Amino acid sequence: MNLAAPRPGSAEPWRDPGAEPFLQIEGLTKRFGDFVALDRVDLSIWRGEFFALLGGSGSGKSTLLRCLAGLIEPDAGRILLDGQDMAQVPPYRRPVNMMFQSYALFPHMDVARNIGFGLRQEGASRAVIRDRVAEMLALVRMEGFGARRPDELSGGQRARVALARALAKRPKLLLLDEPLSALDKNLREATQFELVNIQERTGTTFVIVTHDQEEAMTMATRLAVMDRGTLAQVGTPGEVYEFPNSRFTAEFLGTANILEGVVEALTPAGARIGSSEYDFDILSEGEPPKPLGSRVFVAIRPERMRIERAQEGADFGDNRVVGRVRDIAYFGDFFVYYVVLEGGKELRVSQPNLRRITERPVDWDDLVAVSWAPEASVVLPE
Amino acid sequence: MSAARRRLLVLLLPLLWMAVFFLAPFAIVLSIAFAEAAEGLPPYAPLLRWVDGALTLQLNFQNLALLAEDSYYLDAYLLSLRVAAISALLCLLVGYPMALAIARAPERWRVPLLLLVILPFWTSFLLRITAWIGILQDQGWLNGLLLALGVIEAPLQLLYTEFAMYLGITYCYLPFMVLPLYASLVKQDPALLDAAADLGAPPWRSFLTITLPLSLPGIVAGFLLVFIPAVGEFVIPELLGGPGAQLIGRVLWTEFFQNRDWPLASALASVLLLALVLPIALFQWRFAGERRR
Ligand SMILES: Nc1ncnc2c1ncn2[C@@H]1O[C@H](COP(=O)(O)OP(=O)(O)OP(=O)(O)O)[C@@H](O)[C@H]1O
Ligand SMILES: [Mg+2]
Repeated sequence: MNLAAPRPGSAEPWRDPGAEPFLQIEGLTKRFGDFVALDRVDLSIWRGEFFALLGGSGSGKSTLLRCLAGLIEPDAGRILLDGQDMAQVPPYRRPVNMMFQSYALFPHMDVARNIGFGLRQEGASRAVIRDRVAEMLALVRMEGFGARRPDELSGGQRARVALARALAKRPKLLLLDEPLSALDKNLREATQFELVNIQERTGTTFVIVTHDQEEAMTMATRLAVMDRGTLAQVGTPGEVYEFPNSRFTAEFLGTANILEGVVEALTPAGARIGSSEYDFDILSEGEPPKPLGSRVFVAIRPERMRIERAQEGADFGDNRVVGRVRDIAYFGDFFVYYVVLEGGKELRVSQPNLRRITERPVDWDDLVAVSWAPEASVVLPE
Repeated sequence: MSAARRRLLVLLLPLLWMAVFFLAPFAIVLSIAFAEAAEGLPPYAPLLRWVDGALTLQLNFQNLALLAEDSYYLDAYLLSLRVAAISALLCLLVGYPMALAIARAPERWRVPLLLLVILPFWTSFLLRITAWIGILQDQGWLNGLLLALGVIEAPLQLLYTEFAMYLGITYCYLPFMVLPLYASLVKQDPALLDAAADLGAPPWRSFLTITLPLSLPGIVAGFLLVFIPAVGEFVIPELLGGPGAQLIGRVLWTEFFQNRDWPLASALASVLLLALVLPIALFQWRFAGERRR
């Protein structure tokens, strides 16, 4: 089930058991001394995908990209690109181009020569290179900058030159290491749009590293959340957001309230999870991944919760808890309420800012009831 | 104190140094070049003399004219420039791979390796040259080894040849090449080579298109650091080189110590200095201008 709206016309080859993946990563492991930067990573990516890698700093995203580009040799595992084993293929023979996190523009060459560098290595003619460079400059909206040196550009302009350079050779696989982090919001959105556009026009397969969840959610066909050298979860943005498989992904992608409980009963609609600790029951849809009686964690997104003022002594019900408002954060388009339950557990509840309010319905230190629908709770498999 | 004043103060020290230890001695040498040789101590006539009760400046241009006329001096200059250029080139060829290897070595190895390059400086220069004589002479170690291996039947004439001279100069000046090269190579961003490889450049092409051009300032610095002192080098050609090579260093020595013609020797030295400094200053100025563009 894919809950995110699929792009019109986009296939979902990862659901087709017969479809051959374009990029296959099997058991990829990389150590730096004793430190394991990649730990038996398995991943398949299909042709034309826009695949996002998310993860905290140092989780191994760049290392994975560098293995794909052939810049570092993995200690174990295989990389198959279009069915071909890449182990013996040096970086300069791989049909893969990369946009580096530090851009790595050649400081002694002007912008045009930087962009044309890859084509010159192929022995393309001057005319071909000139045309392609002009095309790339137009694509990243840098016309007229061809004669500048990299040190005469702003950070965002450098990023665009690096992107143009990586695209110039029309690679089969394009690796982007945080390509847009140096751009301002408007330019970033325009470039995101442009990237998706390029990807759909050229059919190039993209693997993009990003710290920006929104970017990953809106652009990617699928994404992977990395954690200490492993892939914590792989799926479409909708799958990972709606059905996180662990506390880590639930908290990494978006925010989540994590509640602890015990599977008490299986109902026709789902499961009842008792959490004596907080003195309430949780109803959740679907089979819990753990058997009766086992300890589980339940994730509930803040925007799926409702908050209202409660009377002193109000009773608990299913999926309904009472607490006091400790803090309110104003984000413009929504509010976040921090509600402390009696046992000390804190919940985050976010509510859209529907109308301009002069008097808040819920205020600091108010006694409030927080509730949510059964389908809002997700029992985490681990 | 204003920033401009502070800057002036910072500049003052090197300027003072230059004035005391470079400009003043050079002015003295230059003035001797325009004097006339004379018996006595010092062996030249003063420039300012009382003639008919008036203080007159007597400039003697004959020394300079002689340098231009007699091809003996011009040949010595040209030969010295040639020897210095070839030596600098040899240093570059030997030093570049060394500097590159050190710059690419794991970080904890770099300082020890650099120390090894400088290590010979810790023994006396003359001692090291004498050691080379021991190695190169007819009954020396090298000939002994070659004879023992059966590569040659009779000892080779190695010492007192051009070969020995170039070997000695390259050996002695190598650190001056390696250090600036290393400094410029080590600060190159390794990601640039990754990017070049990623864009399809095999290692030799990324060397030619990235590493080499980016190390050009280091090459220029190293070349000048070897070339300039090598032009006036006297000891190494004298001790290791053949008798035929009339280098400017030997000519200077002869004029100064044997002929005691201080004015001529001063003229030789002044012309040598100007011939070196002017092109280099011009080059630097253009080079810096290019960078600033
Ligand atoms: N050449 C190296 N030598 C030693 N350790 C390394 C090397 N390269 C990376 N590491 C380590 O491997 C881990 C993963 O690094 P990597 O660059 O892949 O992180 P990342 O996920 O890209 O992080 P960021 O989001 O900060 O860019 C880090 O802990 C890093 O310190
Ligand atoms: Mg990174």
